[in-house]
Amino acid sequence: MTVQTISEVKTEIIAKYPQIELSEAGHFFVPVSQLADIMLDLKVSFGFDFLTNLTAVDHVEHFNVVYNLSKTTGPEMLHIITKVDRNEPKVPSMVPIWGGAVWQERETYDLVGIIFTGHPNLKRILLDDNWEDHPLRRDFQWEGGRD
Amino acid sequence: MKTQEMLLNVGPQHPSTHGVFRVVLTLDGETVVNATSVPGYLHRGIEKLVESRTYPQVLPYTDRLDYLAGILMNWGYVHAMEQLMEIEVPERAEYIRVIVGELQRIASHLVATGAYAGDVGGLTGFIYCFRDREDIMDMIEMVSGARLTPSYMRIGGVAGDLPDGFLEKCQKFIDYLPTAIEEYNGLITGNEIFQHRTKKVAPITAEKAINMSLSGPILRASGVNYDLRKARPYSIYDRFEFDVPLGSNGDCFDRFYLRILEMTQSARIIRQALAKLPEGPINAKVPKIIKPPAGEVYAETESSKGIMGVYVVSDGSTKPYRVHFRRPSFVNMGHFDELIRGWKIADVIAILGSFDIVLGEVDC
Amino acid sequence: MEITGGDNNSCNLQPDDEMVDETTKRLKRLGAEPAVIGEVTRTVAVGPLEKILNLGRANSFWPLGFGLACCAIEGLMGSNTARFDLSRFGYEVMRASPRQADVMLVCGTVTKKAAPFVVRLYEQMPDPKYVIAMGSCAISGGPFVDSYNVVPGVDQLIPVDVYLPGCPPRPDATIHAFMKLKEKILNPEVVKK
Repeated sequence: MTVQTISEVKTEIIAKYPQIELSEAGHFFVPVSQLADIMLDLKVSFGFDFLTNLTAVDHVEHFNVVYNLSKTTGPEMLHIITKVDRNEPKVPSMVPIWGGAVWQERETYDLVGIIFTGHPNLKRILLDDNWEDHPLRRDFQWEGGRD
Repeated sequence: MKTQEMLLNVGPQHPSTHGVFRVVLTLDGETVVNATSVPGYLHRGIEKLVESRTYPQVLPYTDRLDYLAGILMNWGYVHAMEQLMEIEVPERAEYIRVIVGELQRIASHLVATGAYAGDVGGLTGFIYCFRDREDIMDMIEMVSGARLTPSYMRIGGVAGDLPDGFLEKCQKFIDYLPTAIEEYNGLITGNEIFQHRTKKVAPITAEKAINMSLSGPILRASGVNYDLRKARPYSIYDRFEFDVPLGSNGDCFDRFYLRILEMTQSARIIRQALAKLPEGPINAKVPKIIKPPAGEVYAETESSKGIMGVYVVSDGSTKPYRVHFRRPSFVNMGHFDELIRGWKIADVIAILGSFDIVLGEVDC
Repeated sequence: MEITGGDNNSCNLQPDDEMVDETTKRLKRLGAEPAVIGEVTRTVAVGPLEKILNLGRANSFWPLGFGLACCAIEGLMGSNTARFDLSRFGYEVMRASPRQADVMLVCGTVTKKAAPFVVRLYEQMPDPKYVIAMGSCAISGGPFVDSYNVVPGVDQLIPVDVYLPGCPPRPDATIHAFMKLKEKILNPEVVKK
């Protein structure tokens, strides 16, 4: 196997999946509907076997769910973003593909309120079970906070 | 014979949970049938708090994530910010970072080693490791003024140059370290009871470790050669010669012993860095008011517990829009519940100790 | 290393003048010779029971080994190990169970999730019990004061005897806090003023 640079890998992925948008900064924008299939293929065909980071950002009109994939055999890292509707923040769970997502998805659910469908145990992890809000949303207000 | 399952609550106040970690065990006799971890007793909401702080003000919060390796946590944050703002860090600052960073890694591994010895019943090992850790604490105090929470790094460099006498002290410590490690090996590693309690306990296969996103010594103990300092060299790590120690069984003993081996490698890096330390500025030209361009960045460094990732979203103002810390202990603990199933209750403590968690980091 | 603060007398296991006077008075009433009085007062002192108990309490704290966050490394581990050696003062008996402890070092941030069990641990400790609020988080919330999940100061939950500032305080400062607590127990009148 010849050594590929990260931009070659990205070009190859884009060639296979034209529905992925590549931003100027080199980030992938993947539609939610195809996320699970594309992620599985990135692991199986492209060798991205290590899910390092999983988080979400509240952009007021929508949420961005962010995944960072890397390889234990090389330096490549992918930055994948999925836009999710704010009223129905549902994303397929990555636990069947990478077990390492199990706590990170729970944390993202707890703090941002993204629902990961298919997660084996989607419960609050850091906050108490009787919390109702998701503190990392932009509209979260609390007593004693600073602007 | 009719047996009944029993529920046992370990923590949050328990001397061997390294803080306020709680795990609810379902036991059949002495065997763990099911386990549910309950973290979050130290959740201080750092990620929300930093949204109302300016970029330089975020730095002290990173110290309080993994307070046993504050400098390495600082490094993760400044590394991400430097990528976002495209700052070139001066040579001398990079060398200073490597020196203090590796010292901090040794300090963190010393706590892990000592506390692990204490966890499985040998408090003497704990005292010896802390004795040597004090020397590193002195050096960190020399450069930053604080022992645990140094906030030593700055975006674009470090807070201050190395003080007089630091290099000699550091050299002396590096020369002394092999003696100390020999002592630990005699006292802890070679101890028969210790070996019985840790060898072949809770092995993790390489495939499982990768699948569960484990990182740091836990991943490498399973034989996966993945150290960001080698795999994706950041800073100036590509200029040093060092090995990545690997385990073969992935059991508690390997996880423990790997940290001792890593200390030797860290000392090797420090020795080279001390020899090559150049003169020059210690800070890049960074504007007084830090206003990174709008955009987002995710950058990773190798902390003592594993991969420390920092994700920063900027909207072009002086305050971050969103900061997320990928804390190695937190992600590693995701595998804990599954791992301890089927082991005896005494092994639970041995397994938890071998994970070397810091609750500030798990709960953020 | 130097331990500053606190007058030296209060650090010794010496009965105070009041107790020596009381002993002398009683011996005189028994008709003892001055030489005998001198000999006896060197080893025996009479005083109110409470005072003698306080003397014992102040010189052998049994801290609860209960670490919350960063401060635990300095306050419980650092100060207990070789360099700082808390056991020189007789305070090294860390207890894992609150039922055997009489000093609670609240070392770290108390979050809202942790608050109920901090109170419960305090209630489980037998009387008399003392609390040292260690570090700025336990005193006031510290850098996390405006967080949604942090109790701004442990004194909102339980009474605090000694406030020990720092983020985190050095182990020497922890020893200083123990000295202050000792002073406070030996001289309850000072506190009342």
